[in-house]
Amino acid sequence: MNPVLADLGSHVEAALPGHVIRVELLLGELVVHVRRESISRVLTFLRDDSQCLFKLLVDVCGVDYPDRAERFEVVYNLLSLDHNLRIRVKTTTDEATPVASVVGIFSAAGWWEREAWDLYGIFFSDHPDLRRILTDYGFEGHPLRKDFPLTGYVEVRYDDEQKRVVYEPVKLVQEFRSFDFVSPWEKMTPALPGDEKATRDAHPDRPVGSA
Amino acid sequence: MADVELKSFAMNFGPQHPAAHGVLRLVLEMDGEVVERADPHIGLLHRGTEKLIEYKTYLQAVPYFDRLDYVAPMSQEHAFALAVEKLLGIQAPPRAQYIRVLYAEISRILNHLLNVTSMALDVGALTPFLWGFEEREQMMEFYERVSGARLHAAYFRPGGVASDMPAGLAEDIHAYCDRISKVIDDLDNLLTGNRIFKQRTVDIGVVTGEQACDWGFSGPMLRGSGFGWDLRKAQPYDAYADMDFDIPVGRHGDCYDRYLVRVEEMRQSVRIMRQAIEKMPSGPVKVNDRKIAPPPRAQMKRSMEALIHHFKLYTEGYHVPAGETYTVVEAPKGEFGVFLVADGTNRPYRCKIRAPGFAFLQALEFMSKGHMLADVVSIIGSMDIVFGEIDR
Repeated sequence: MNPVLADLGSHVEAALPGHVIRVELLLGELVVHVRRESISRVLTFLRDDSQCLFKLLVDVCGVDYPDRAERFEVVYNLLSLDHNLRIRVKTTTDEATPVASVVGIFSAAGWWEREAWDLYGIFFSDHPDLRRILTDYGFEGHPLRKDFPLTGYVEVRYDDEQKRVVYEPVKLVQEFRSFDFVSPWEKMTPALPGDEKATRDAHPDRPVGSA
Repeated sequence: MADVELKSFAMNFGPQHPAAHGVLRLVLEMDGEVVERADPHIGLLHRGTEKLIEYKTYLQAVPYFDRLDYVAPMSQEHAFALAVEKLLGIQAPPRAQYIRVLYAEISRILNHLLNVTSMALDVGALTPFLWGFEEREQMMEFYERVSGARLHAAYFRPGGVASDMPAGLAEDIHAYCDRISKVIDDLDNLLTGNRIFKQRTVDIGVVTGEQACDWGFSGPMLRGSGFGWDLRKAQPYDAYADMDFDIPVGRHGDCYDRYLVRVEEMRQSVRIMRQAIEKMPSGPVKVNDRKIAPPPRAQMKRSMEALIHHFKLYTEGYHVPAGETYTVVEAPKGEFGVFLVADGTNRPYRCKIRAPGFAFLQALEFMSKGHMLADVVSIIGSMDIVFGEIDR
């Protein structure tokens, strides 16, 4: 698609044999899948190599795929101001396996890794300060995992007798309803059987049968 | 004389301090008046936006973006709309693109007016705040006229904008451009040469270019440190490629330079607003695809098919093909990104919101080290943080 990105992709793949699993171009964005053990090596290369110079780590986040063997994807988005390019580096892990922290390479990674730990329970080894960041003090669980319910487990209220905020199991007047709107009959996709007739018609929006 | 041992002590700044710009709880370790360590505790405004979006259709997710950075709501919607459009493989029609640019720039002025004036308030100048908020009210009226809501607009939708601008609005905004230019000049006169303001901001919180990159800065924080980097120019989206504007760049990376960058950006925004109105083409404001954009009201009264489309769109919503994208816009605060993973259903699988303020606040520790307590207030003011987007 984009020749510059394709060149960069093959450059990265050639320079880091054994570290990069595969390189792909998705919707005009370069994605590099790397081994978990190689994440520091790859990010250092991407930061320092003269053809890359991805000096800004703009984002680190987790994605949860419970069906996979290694359920978490850790996604690093990088930006190169010098070449005006973006790259996405991905690696995988599970609940127990730590990923090496990249705080030593990009200071910005600190809070994003804390966030991924807080919300997904992805453990980053050698992180200087891996505390929870967004959830409450003393929160249990990792809320953005797909198996964590949307309504959560506990709710808080101020107790007038004890004069403090108390935690209680969440009580819902009505069960949370997750509607399944996906109908088996017709998908709201642009390609439907019979759509080709519409382009032949001069007034595609005119209903059938109206004058 | 006995040796006096000086002990550092911890101090809680916030979460209900007016200069904390929201609900920042800052644990400061102080050595007398000097900050030794700053540990921001965030998450007091955490609402689980990303989790909630995973349980909503794409259209229902739009209003959540207003509630992130509630100072400049439409800029956030812009990123989400562009991300969904990228996955759907569609592009908003030209008129919608110009309307988006126009309103994104109004949002930028809304944001910078709040930031510049509240920063001035934090360091002791009340007048700019009052002047700025009068103008913010005027511009929120433009929001209201186009979307019906002063703040939570839900106006930029995937595929275009919710509805066309009402008659006369473009002329009114164009006329207003002259007035806001005058106000920006007034603010400039009040603050830029002001001795007290300069004493509180010059050489405070200096960030070198190297450090700005290392900490993932963007927007005015990056430009204040000497990078002429603006996504509207570098990776133009919507109609920004047709706009003629300049990017202000600071040299020293201190609070004062960041303030100057923001003031000049407001002037450039007015320039873009004028151009957007003058060049705005006529035509549709949303894609002509009934599977993505709803049919006009009038058509629904006559056409059964339009009615079905409307019903399906607002219950099931549209399906977005499987894929992922990291789409960014130059929000007033910096690079606002949406990392959107779609799995082919009518709901996002994952929607990571990359808020610029998150990166700024993280750097507070190194920026405030060795500064006085009062300087921490200037630094927080110059960072332009809003907790809606940091805590999500």
